[in-house]
Amino acid sequence: MRSEVEYTNLSGISGPLIFVQGVKGVGYGDLVEIRNGSGEVRTGQTLEVDEEIAVVQVFEGTTGLSIKGTRATFIGKSLEIPTDREMLGRVFDGLGRPIDGAPQVISDLMMNINGLPINPYTREYPRDFIQTGISAIDGMNTLIRGQKLPIFSGSGMPHNLIAAQIARQARLLTAHEEFTVIFVAMGVKFDIARFFIDSLEESGVLPKSAIFLSLADAPSIERLITPRVALTLAEYLAFTEGMHVLVILTDMTNYCESLRELSSSRGEIPSRKGYPGYLYSDLASVYERAGRIQGKKGSITQIPILTMPSDDISHPVPDLTGYITEGQIVLERELFNKGVYPPIAGLPSLSRLMKDGIGEGRTRKDHAQVAAQLFASYAKVKRIRALAAIVGEEELSDLDKIYLRFGNVFEERFLSQGYNENRSIETTLDIGWEMLSILPEEELYRISKEDIQRYYIPQKGDV
Amino acid sequence: MKEASITGRIISVNGPIVKAEGLTEISMFDIAEVGPDRLIGEVIRLEEDLTIIQVYEDNTGLKPGDEVLSFGRPLSVLLGPGLMGNIYDGIQRPLIGIAERCENHTLIGIADTCYIRKGIKIAPLDPEKKWDFKPTVKEGDVVKEGSVIGELQETELVLHKTIVPPGIAGKVAFIVEAGGYSIEDPIYTVIQDKKIYNGKLADYWPVRKPRPFKNKKSPITPLITGQRILDTFFPIARGGTATIPGGFGTGKTMTQHALAKWCNADIIVYIGCGERGNEMTEVLNDFPRLVDERTGRPLIERTVMIGNTSNMPVPAREVSIYTGVTIAEYYRDMGYSVAVMADSTSRWAEALRELSSRLGDMPAEEGFPPYLATRLAEFYERAGLVETLSNEEGSITIIGAVSPPGGDFSEPVTQHTTRFIRCFWALDKILADARHYPSISWIESYTEYLNDIQEWWSERESEWRVLRNDAMNILLEDNRLQQIVKLVGPDALPEDQRFILFCAEIIKNAFLQQNSFDPKDMYCSPDKQIKLLKAIMCFFRKGKELLLGGLELSKLLSLDAVSEMVRLKSEIGNGEIEKIDAFIQRLEYSLNSLKEEVNIPHTPDFSKGKSANKDI
Ligand SMILES: Nc1ncnc2c1ncn2[C@@H]1O[C@H](COP(=O)(O)OP(=O)(O)OP(=O)(O)O)[C@@H](O)[C@H]1O
Ligand SMILES: [Mg+2]
Repeated sequence: MRSEVEYTNLSGISGPLIFVQGVKGVGYGDLVEIRNGSGEVRTGQTLEVDEEIAVVQVFEGTTGLSIKGTRATFIGKSLEIPTDREMLGRVFDGLGRPIDGAPQVISDLMMNINGLPINPYTREYPRDFIQTGISAIDGMNTLIRGQKLPIFSGSGMPHNLIAAQIARQARLLTAHEEFTVIFVAMGVKFDIARFFIDSLEESGVLPKSAIFLSLADAPSIERLITPRVALTLAEYLAFTEGMHVLVILTDMTNYCESLRELSSSRGEIPSRKGYPGYLYSDLASVYERAGRIQGKKGSITQIPILTMPSDDISHPVPDLTGYITEGQIVLERELFNKGVYPPIAGLPSLSRLMKDGIGEGRTRKDHAQVAAQLFASYAKVKRIRALAAIVGEEELSDLDKIYLRFGNVFEERFLSQGYNENRSIETTLDIGWEMLSILPEEELYRISKEDIQRYYIPQKGDV
Repeated sequence: MKEASITGRIISVNGPIVKAEGLTEISMFDIAEVGPDRLIGEVIRLEEDLTIIQVYEDNTGLKPGDEVLSFGRPLSVLLGPGLMGNIYDGIQRPLIGIAERCENHTLIGIADTCYIRKGIKIAPLDPEKKWDFKPTVKEGDVVKEGSVIGELQETELVLHKTIVPPGIAGKVAFIVEAGGYSIEDPIYTVIQDKKIYNGKLADYWPVRKPRPFKNKKSPITPLITGQRILDTFFPIARGGTATIPGGFGTGKTMTQHALAKWCNADIIVYIGCGERGNEMTEVLNDFPRLVDERTGRPLIERTVMIGNTSNMPVPAREVSIYTGVTIAEYYRDMGYSVAVMADSTSRWAEALRELSSRLGDMPAEEGFPPYLATRLAEFYERAGLVETLSNEEGSITIIGAVSPPGGDFSEPVTQHTTRFIRCFWALDKILADARHYPSISWIESYTEYLNDIQEWWSERESEWRVLRNDAMNILLEDNRLQQIVKLVGPDALPEDQRFILFCAEIIKNAFLQQNSFDPKDMYCSPDKQIKLLKAIMCFFRKGKELLLGGLELSKLLSLDAVSEMVRLKSEIGNGEIEKIDAFIQRLEYSLNSLKEEVNIPHTPDFSKGKSANKDI
């Protein structure tokens, strides 16, 4: 154990950073306890250290700290939290401290919130289909246990409703296993947190869930810690307790803004849009904490939610997220304006783990081909709509008109469903076939003849 | 363990960059072991008495005053038998070994075999395993650098040749008899002018230093990938360089995996640089099960993996591509053709950017250091078809993925990379969104190897280049016509142009599209590629004649053979391509019968054919 010395010599305060002078024996990444004149305690972490100065980020922010009267104690280890099953059913702040009035969690097991990188050799490739009851997801962008699948949304769109619907309806087809939700709010308003909590309560999941709240009024720097604290608990529950954990992180855009703030107060050279060059690696250190591990029962599935500034998917936050996650569910303004719920965009959405989690014995044999054909045909609808906008619908060929009809029905029947509507995968695929049967048989070139014979519904009047 | 010869102490820590003093005799790129856990680092800069070290492991907890040690050796890769089938992190620590080693540790009360802890030191190659070695020289023989002195079967697929390292030559004073030896056993001794070299089965080589060869040659054989759009339209030669740029989810990794699985190189080095853990797991799961068509052996037996995933320390990402390419050179020097896949070079460039910014370098474009282009050039320059030191032919083909921010190819990494590669396989977001896979754009992609490798194909099909060019022209013409279609719709075009649109659609669906999950279609042999292309072009050529002869377009489009053509790729396997010949015959027959119709002038025909609603 290192002796803990208190330093009182601050040479500066800038944004969320304090500069402590004359330090000895301080380690990079060390945890720091900071006390101001009135004895209030804050937590920080050492970002940089040389023989003279330690640069410390203060998670609660530096408001109310002064150069004189601030005392810093360096604790020779990284930030750790207690982990225990007892944490389920509880509400914590952004740094993992209880805010529900119940006492502090006590556990012998203190875990470093930064976790450790999972050895790819010991990972288990995720393959178990999670039925969310939402056709656009189950049918075309299947969620797999252990996947990281974000929702790319825009302001005002119903990403929270969708995430709550997933949390409520998600289930495995094959087995009944212990399931829990960890909800992580970063920089969102209280009413959004309230909505999730109520929704978890209604479905009876709340007593088995843990909630971490770093709300809009909390210091922004705290948000950098919140997902790490939550994922540390998730890792404990999944890989020690064998539970299946669904982690909902909202809103990752706020998280990234905090990182940008920290980076700029350190005077770092920014890369795109002022975000630091290491945004990719930083996000990866959060998202890669999802998955399955060989020989362990549990899993961590992540659904990060992010709002794309001005609906721009090439903005660094969605862009770098897309480069790390295993697909994305993209919400589309046009569908939303048409009144489609859930407004899940047909083409840019993708689940990369879908391929190994569906098919015979998992969902249904025709699943992959139906999905591929729906994607291809809907892509064609988009092309024809663009053309129709110019030449007028009347000028289109008969086949093109059929495609337009297919497109409209697809949006109204397949994509659209109720907030409480929970469709089985069979229902989803059957609706898919209804849609495809609007098209002439020859158009279904992504589907085997055998499946066409089995599922295709000849239209009345056709021979 | 040997005593460290050079010691110093840390004076500052900023992320993975550590500054130390007192290491007066240390050289650039030497290994430095840092702090109480002796974390592996490398000297990347020397400034007066300051030594700047980049640390390849998680370095939280390091503090000023901590000790730094060095043996005065450069950061190196251990080259020897046992590399095949292994998976390493960026600094060649075996991930399998790490998992096994962690078994005996519990860090925080729970067994954490699944995590990579810092400070673990494990030999890259098993020091105990005995290899069945057969010498090919005898005592008294004169050998030079690159000479083969013996062989062992590393895996069923790979005959491992033990070669005299560069810089060593002389008379063989000692060589073991055939038998079982480990990489630590003495194997041979070479003496020249009193200089004695004691050789073993494995040897270190500095990771940043290219291994020497005699000379470079121009590539002449294609690297067959089994991917139609690549082999037929944008082929790469053995010893060539290619890049795959594309936004997220457009298919870089899928393409790299397909190449690693099916390309006809002897050895594959797959570098996962700053990408997903699950993608490495997928390779680890699939490759032992997938069987090489030519040899019937599991693909893992010819594959080495470097997995420095996005959540592992960033500096190790920077070095991982050098680790990979050094291993590739080692097998090239045995006379093999090696293919290196690096996914993604952008993550490597970003690691470079992050480290250089912590060093306070002045950035050039988008924060990247000014030496980005030089580093990229150096990397791709390590590809090539060469005459090895022992006068054999070996090659390294490098295929690097690039992940441009926002999918915008005008960014620095894509731009600089295009200067050093000769094959550009551009991924297209629009194709990916439409689930047209592989989403490689036939408009933006290019290859400079067409003339080099043409002969190889012409030997199989004399008309190959013509077929390929005609098909390419249809696609280009289609691209031009689509601009008009966007404005006026396809029906406004004359019939011959609508026919082009139609044929382009067939090429896209029946040829370019190739599903990596379809067991019959995931690998397409060169012969099957030729036959499929022939079928399509037969339809195009004959169809064009018929149209000129006055046949109505709708008659052509509604032929049953047309919808059959789209399914050939997934219904006919590589081993039964005579079925495609049979199809072509049927196609010709039905086209010929249409011809008869044309010959009956001015007779309107209402009796046959379906309604013509097929103007794709
Ligand atoms: N040839 C193919 N056949 C079938 N599916 C494909 C093919 N290429 C790509 N895909 C689909 O596209 C998805 C994304 O591909 P991939 O993972 O290769 O993208 P990427 O370019 O590597 O993205 P990132 O930059 O985010 O790593 C795959 O999961 C798969 O569903
Ligand atoms: Mg990829």
